[in-house]
Amino acid sequence: MDAADLSIAQAGARLRSGDLTAVDLLGAVRRRASMTEAILHAYLTLDHDGAMAAAENADASLARGEDLGPLHGIPLALKDNMVTRGVETTCSSRILAGWVPPYDATVVERLKAAGAVILGKTNLDEFAMGSSTENSAYGPTRNPWNPDRVPGGSSGGSAASVAVGSAFAALGSDTGGSIRQPAALCGVVGMKPTYGLVSRYGLIAFASSLDQIGPITRTVGDAVTVFEAIGGHDPSDATSYRGGFPDPRAELGRGVAGLKIGVVTELSGDGVEPGVTAAFRATLDTLSAEGAEIVELSLPSTAYALSAYYLIAPAECSANLARFDGVRYGLRLPGDSVEQMMSASRRDGFGPEVTRRILLGTYALSAGYYDAFYGQAQKVRTLVIEDFKRAYGTVDVLVTPTTPTTAFRVGEKTADPLSMYLSDIFTIPSNLSGDPAISVPVALDEAGLPVGFQVLAPALGEAVMFRVAEAVERLVGFDARPALADSEGAA
Amino acid sequence: MTYEVVIGIETHVELLTRSKMFCGCPTEFGSEPNTNVCPVCLGLPGALPVPNERAIEWTMSLGLALDCAIAGHSIFHRKNYFYADLPKNYQISQFDLPLCVGGHLDIDAGAGVRRVGITRVHLEEDTGKSTHLGGSGRIHDARGALIDFNRSGIPLMEVVSEPDMHTPEEARAYAQELRAIVLALGVSDARLEEGSFRFDANISLRPVGAATLGSKVEVKNMNSLRSLQRALAFEIDRQTLVLDRGDRIPQETRHWDEAAGRTESGRSKEESSDYRYFAEPDLVPLSVGPEKLALLQAAVPELPAARRARYVVSGLDEAAARTLVVSGLTGLFDEAVIAGADPRLAANWLTGEITAHLNRAGVDQAALPLDGGQLAELVAMIEGGELSATAAKDVLAGVLGGEGSPRTVAEARDLLQITDTGALESAVDEVIAAHPDEVARIRGGEARLVGFLVGRVMKATGGKADPTAVDGMIRERAGA
Repeated sequence: MDAADLSIAQAGARLRSGDLTAVDLLGAVRRRASMTEAILHAYLTLDHDGAMAAAENADASLARGEDLGPLHGIPLALKDNMVTRGVETTCSSRILAGWVPPYDATVVERLKAAGAVILGKTNLDEFAMGSSTENSAYGPTRNPWNPDRVPGGSSGGSAASVAVGSAFAALGSDTGGSIRQPAALCGVVGMKPTYGLVSRYGLIAFASSLDQIGPITRTVGDAVTVFEAIGGHDPSDATSYRGGFPDPRAELGRGVAGLKIGVVTELSGDGVEPGVTAAFRATLDTLSAEGAEIVELSLPSTAYALSAYYLIAPAECSANLARFDGVRYGLRLPGDSVEQMMSASRRDGFGPEVTRRILLGTYALSAGYYDAFYGQAQKVRTLVIEDFKRAYGTVDVLVTPTTPTTAFRVGEKTADPLSMYLSDIFTIPSNLSGDPAISVPVALDEAGLPVGFQVLAPALGEAVMFRVAEAVERLVGFDARPALADSEGAA
Repeated sequence: MTYEVVIGIETHVELLTRSKMFCGCPTEFGSEPNTNVCPVCLGLPGALPVPNERAIEWTMSLGLALDCAIAGHSIFHRKNYFYADLPKNYQISQFDLPLCVGGHLDIDAGAGVRRVGITRVHLEEDTGKSTHLGGSGRIHDARGALIDFNRSGIPLMEVVSEPDMHTPEEARAYAQELRAIVLALGVSDARLEEGSFRFDANISLRPVGAATLGSKVEVKNMNSLRSLQRALAFEIDRQTLVLDRGDRIPQETRHWDEAAGRTESGRSKEESSDYRYFAEPDLVPLSVGPEKLALLQAAVPELPAARRARYVVSGLDEAAARTLVVSGLTGLFDEAVIAGADPRLAANWLTGEITAHLNRAGVDQAALPLDGGQLAELVAMIEGGELSATAAKDVLAGVLGGEGSPRTVAEARDLLQITDTGALESAVDEVIAAHPDEVARIRGGEARLVGFLVGRVMKATGGKADPTAVDGMIRERAGA
């Protein structure tokens, strides 16, 4: 097996046995990147010098007996909406082209402190707005299972890099499914933590009350490892959870016997492709056979979640993206007045989807419309939270297909934003509620494209979420790899 | 026609916290431009605000001092508008759930005490400071702008009054009293010239007896209490003329031009702004429990009104009490009185010579090298006739110059008056004996020669005699 295909756990063991060095691991993922990037375009920036220095450092400290833990020497990628000191950070937008941040995001600081080797920055839909990574000012990312297909989004670059082995793991951000949906479409594990468990400091905000950083990995165990490294209270983020960090390993390996698993009527029926439904039902049967009790229940408010989301997220984004005005950083076009300079810079700097959402959000917050749109959406959000709470009174976790379809064709939905938005219909509710959720690959459909299975848990319920996810992974035994990862010599 | 004037005031007070409202940057005034900045107060991508607890407490303290209700649950909102010195292009402020609501402030503009309602006190962040280059220095004809973000993110309290004032004098008294309270709380240096205490006034006129208010004019750019009063007086005259002509007053913002002594119309565009307020998702709601509130209430110091009343009881007149409280030197005064000083004399010296010294030297009150005991000693020496008024000024200068206590300075500089009656009498006797002609002429009615003899005695005693006492003794002996 090529070193680039190891899990973090396996690579760590080989590092400590002296079998491999961090420089070897870096070499392996770089070879993989050089074979696949021309097709995939998962990365926007590869920080060759920084990564090599970090890998050499990791080897030196390990040789001195300083072991910083499971991420020591492991090459990881970052979605390009997390700021990195000294490394260009663009959010896939023209408006930030060439911007080099003077500081590291908290998650970046924590990964560095854990000895991780930061490879570079991965592609995304501009400002994380999109579900296909086609809305990037620097060109789309392709799906490693089939380059005619999208990798999902917005963390499409992160998911594709992990799937193809040009990173051992990557961080993504999830505002409405932007970690879980691309993870599902690329056949990897993607997890959105409970809101507040991972610091948002240094994550370039899309919608502050919904954004959450999380891991994209090849195994559930690796997701736990990365989550532990980046999670925990951060005094620089006022919305960071102040209670203790819930031990994500507390229930790991206990299986699903005796657990009550809820299937949500509203989140499993209409618009789901037959291949996805088949894989979902087969997984339920497996869990049931292991002794889990499968319960069907209704969460009526989730039918309105998508609509509420497309008012709340644009409203917040309209304010969050106001700072990109050409005054202090980023693109600045000339103008006869400050207002003209700002308008010209923003008009040229933002792509069409970002512009659409800023306009939507500005409208939703305007005097006379606030109550009908933003105010109403917040009420729906409260109902979603209440619905979930009620459900968790009777079941331990909820499960859904992660997405209604497998990876769609490049260009298939770009002309129709609404059909694109529907791709996140099963992932959005847990962003509104702030609860944790994870997508685990369970099968390939007839076209050979991966299907994701989503596990939702109550707030701070990461332990039971990982427990179920790990059981799914183990019981289903999904071990397919994208053909592109095996194209050694072919590229 | 006669009109009723209706005035409300919005005051912005920069808090004297060590760090900014949402980041750890220092708040000091006068640093090199753009040196007290970080990703948060520059609005860099990814940066997040963390609220300054002390600023929140201080705002609640002001609310308590103004008899406001303190909200058990309060939130920050984003106020959205594009402006080059507003780094995020939204200001973190408060909207419908401010920290403090519904208080009042009693003022006295010379016509007895009147109560002005306080609508609310809320907390927000200050903006950066733009300097427009070229033209008149105003934005409309500038050719460029420089922005200093040192001020960006400094905590700012906004105090909104009810439209309860009716004269420029009341407006001035309100601003003055609010400033005195802020100073008593120690939450701001409240310097008008540095912009740490700024006010905008809303003024409208309506025919006496009319039920509805006239159109509101907002007056900005008043940098002193005097300009507040002048600007409002100007507006009353201007609006009266317009209304008397039968014209309407447009709702607008006007800028006070101190040099020209008039207000000028600003751009009316500001009136149509929609700030699209929504709850700040980067911050969690603020909540304050009864225990915390009780602690804050207990920590509210004696307020200016109560202090003035106490000083009047102790013997000062209203005006002296007011001047003393405004001077901010009340701590020193209280110490001196406890140490036995006569209140009126102590107050005179504090608001006279000592304030003059502070102004001359441009030093801060906290750095004043004088304690209450020393002030009491100085006052006692004057009262006891040991120091003449002139000598006392010299002694004070010595004390403020760090030469020691008043008595040490008086002795070292040889300024003590002769209070030993025997010594003084013999000096007088000698002068009388030496000037028989003058004594005879005084007896003959030439009283102006008394002064000449007093001068001889003062000369003989090296200026240390009490001239009043000498004058009396000479008159007595010369039989004038």
